Amino acid sequence: MTIILNVNGAERRIDAEPATPLLYALRNDLGLNGAKYGCGLGQCGACTVQLDGKAVFSCLLPVAALEGRRITTVEGLGTLDKPGVLQQAFETEQAAQCGYCIAGMIMRAQALLDRNPSPTETDIRAHMQPNLCRCGTHMRILRAVRRAADMMSGKLAILESGQ
Amino acid sequence: MTANTATQLSRRTFLSGSALVVAFSLSSRAFGQLAGGGEGSAGPAVVAPHLPGSLKSSPMLDSWIRIDADGKVTVFTGKVELGQGIRTALIQVAAEELDVPPTAIHLITADTVLTPDEGLTAGSHSMQDSGSAIRNAAANVRMLLVREAARTWNVEPAGIDTDGMGNLTGPEGRTLGYGPAASSLSLHVEAAADAPLRDPARYRTMGASLRRVDIPGKLTGEPAYLQDMRLPGMLHARMLRGPSFGTRFQSSDIAAISALPGVVKVVRQGNFLAVVAEREWTAITALRKFQDAPFVRTASPLPSGDVAATLKGLPSRDIGILDTRNATAPAASTVNARYSRPWLNHGSIGPSCAMAHFQDGAITVWTHSQGTFDVRRVVAELVGLPPEKVHAIHVEGSGCYGQNGADDVAADAALIAWDMPGRPIRLQWTREEEFGWEPLGPGMLTELEASLDTDKRIVTWKHEVWSNPHNNRPVGAGGVIAGGEVAKPFPVPEGKPIPMPEGDGSRNSNPLYDLPNMQVTYHFLKDMPLRVSALRSLGAHLNVFSIECMFDELARAGGVDPLELRLAHMKDERAREVMTTMAGRFGWQSRARGDGVRGCGMGFARYKNLGAYCAVAMEVEIDRETGRVRVRRAVAAVDSGQAVNPDGIRNQIEGGIIQSLSWTSREEMTFSPDRRTSFDWSAYPILRFEDMPDTIEVHVLDRPGLPFLGTAEAAQGPTAAAFANAVADATGLRLRDMPLSPERIKAALGAI
Ligand code: FES
Ligand code: FES
Repeated sequence: MTIILNVNGAERRIDAEPATPLLYALRNDLGLNGAKYGCGLGQCGACTVQLDGKAVFSCLLPVAALEGRRITTVEGLGTLDKPGVLQQAFETEQAAQCGYCIAGMIMRAQALLDRNPSPTETDIRAHMQPNLCRCGTHMRILRAVRRAADMMSGKLAILESGQ
Repeated sequence: MTANTATQLSRRTFLSGSALVVAFSLSSRAFGQLAGGGEGSAGPAVVAPHLPGSLKSSPMLDSWIRIDADGKVTVFTGKVELGQGIRTALIQVAAEELDVPPTAIHLITADTVLTPDEGLTAGSHSMQDSGSAIRNAAANVRMLLVREAARTWNVEPAGIDTDGMGNLTGPEGRTLGYGPAASSLSLHVEAAADAPLRDPARYRTMGASLRRVDIPGKLTGEPAYLQDMRLPGMLHARMLRGPSFGTRFQSSDIAAISALPGVVKVVRQGNFLAVVAEREWTAITALRKFQDAPFVRTASPLPSGDVAATLKGLPSRDIGILDTRNATAPAASTVNARYSRPWLNHGSIGPSCAMAHFQDGAITVWTHSQGTFDVRRVVAELVGLPPEKVHAIHVEGSGCYGQNGADDVAADAALIAWDMPGRPIRLQWTREEEFGWEPLGPGMLTELEASLDTDKRIVTWKHEVWSNPHNNRPVGAGGVIAGGEVAKPFPVPEGKPIPMPEGDGSRNSNPLYDLPNMQVTYHFLKDMPLRVSALRSLGAHLNVFSIECMFDELARAGGVDPLELRLAHMKDERAREVMTTMAGRFGWQSRARGDGVRGCGMGFARYKNLGAYCAVAMEVEIDRETGRVRVRRAVAAVDSGQAVNPDGIRNQIEGGIIQSLSWTSREEMTFSPDRRTSFDWSAYPILRFEDMPDTIEVHVLDRPGLPFLGTAEAAQGPTAAAFANAVADATGLRLRDMPLSPERIKAALGAI
């Protein structure tokens, strides 16, 4: 069946079985790598994307239910040449080891900062709770989210481009 | 099109459009006991024992470094990026000793066609093996370039310098680029052992926290992982296996699965079964249909007793590790204690994945295994091809922390591809499969006895450890799951202990402390009731936990400060400095004393007594209602020798502290007689954000010019002990069996 998805601001037409979870449509039909397969069970957050601004597990969402909804992946936040605020903050804090969980972390954090630009430490920890990291990069991820909040509020500078 | 050009084309297709070519072109691997990996594997032969690191097995300079006429530098390593930042650190090493900017270096990581075989990327060996090799090879190349310039200009080599930008500089303002100088040189020469290394006082790149080259792409959705590879004509596969190792589904309707629309084939080789489909979701749907059947156990039942009962019930081969006799004062007080840890899962966030392509009689396998050259050996034996017809290429996966499903999935993918020539096969293991089938970190047991004299000196030290082999890395088809499933199964090789000084279950059972009357015995248990292999730090996790808990138990028995007792028995100056640095930063003397709720503890080890020194202290707060422990702060000090990238070291130690806290306080693989019952994250919880310490500080000691010491696993043991010691300090209760979970702490508190 043909489904039209709004991904990172563009209408994308895919041909998929209606029950296909969004994760596989993003990765295989649209060639987007940001959302990762971690469990397919809604338990780890590796596949986190934003749906109408909210952080969701793309591994659990059938594409048929998504027409007309706004989907954002980490590719929608910035690029190598023009990284977004959270991407810059994660780079500055060197907040990755293997990095497999990181795109999901960024997308979950984006959903928080969209609705609460100056979260407390407790807010950040509670909000990030659904996403797992096995390398133990948590302290750096928390620092990066705080840095991004400070960048958005003007306490820290945002770079015009990545370099 | 030949297989080779197909491979190259495919690889190029995969890489094209990626600004991350550098990220993909760097990677690595080590060998055997002497120089590499430290965890078995079929490492390469040592041919030049006098040379440093992996130059011992690959002594020719052009195995490591090539310089084009235009000055472009390519560096080769047999090690691989696992998220530990080795790619960046090796670029820094090469840049420093060649004296070029790091951006001038293109690093190629483990590839059976392109790079030296450096055995496994494991055991915190990469800097020692590959870092030392590249450092010395680069120094050799720089020496040859200087000589070449001297010859060209007809001046003494002593008057020639390099400018850090890839140029040689000589008297009267003469300059010569590396490219032109190299074009009249052959690097196909053996390394000299004494090529001059650069003066640490003049370092430009080593010792700086260069930002990791692989991170930007990982933050922006560039293709950074094997999971992100898409080859033209690629098919998606899923294995059709039972719920855990040693099981299979009964009476599944294979014909019905084959007939599902979009299914290309069900591959069957003996008991090896996989479904291959055009689309990934179809393969998953087929797998679910297959699983809708009862399963049977095909191996002996899993053990039902606790760790101690299970391990003590197995036949043991006793290996003496230490036996020293000294005259001492008589013992005044003696402490006996038994410590254990359960079986643990590696818990990689990305389940294992592999790609394989069989065409024109040759097979290419893209793998995130820690042993790229072992993957070639395994696949060659499994499908019956000569090794030169198998090309294994490392591509990064999720962090692995030891032998997860990576080797198995690579063999699985190769076997499927072999059955379906011409089409690249992408095989993704499921989360449940990773939990159910990967080799676990072995359960272990120790029993210690130690005595103090009236002067609070330790006068006897006895340590016994019971463990399965941690060293079951596959070097042939019998070591992977598929090898046991094919029509003519390959025998599973017998597990062997890794001899000291590296050790496996015995790793770090030999205390670095200066102790008299030491008796240390390794009860090596070759029969494995659960499938096990290497998990980060191997036996050091429990052995260091045991030694460092025993120090605190003795300190308590003798009424001595735990740090004082350690320092009183430590002669190694670097160990002392790591402990005192940690203590100073932590404020050990003025720490909160155990009051029923708050407490502090420390742990120390030098990894394998050969690698990095690491001391960790932490302050905890116990919720007596729930048994939950909040780590208020953790402070670590580490001495890794010459620090190539201090922030990289901090990142590894922070990660090690968090991972070890998770193992030690929360994790346990559960099983019933018929299967593993920890099959997902709800049945195998790990620490999450709200469980994190308030702060973690890592202090890296500066050791300019000293040899590199492996760091990646150094925090696992000290963290575990610091946690248990802090809990004991806070509560007065000594918990000795991992996990020190909230439930156990609550139960212990309730009992007093
Ligand atoms: S992959 Fe979706 S939550 Fe784990
Ligand atoms: S950085 Fe590896 S899982 Fe988070």
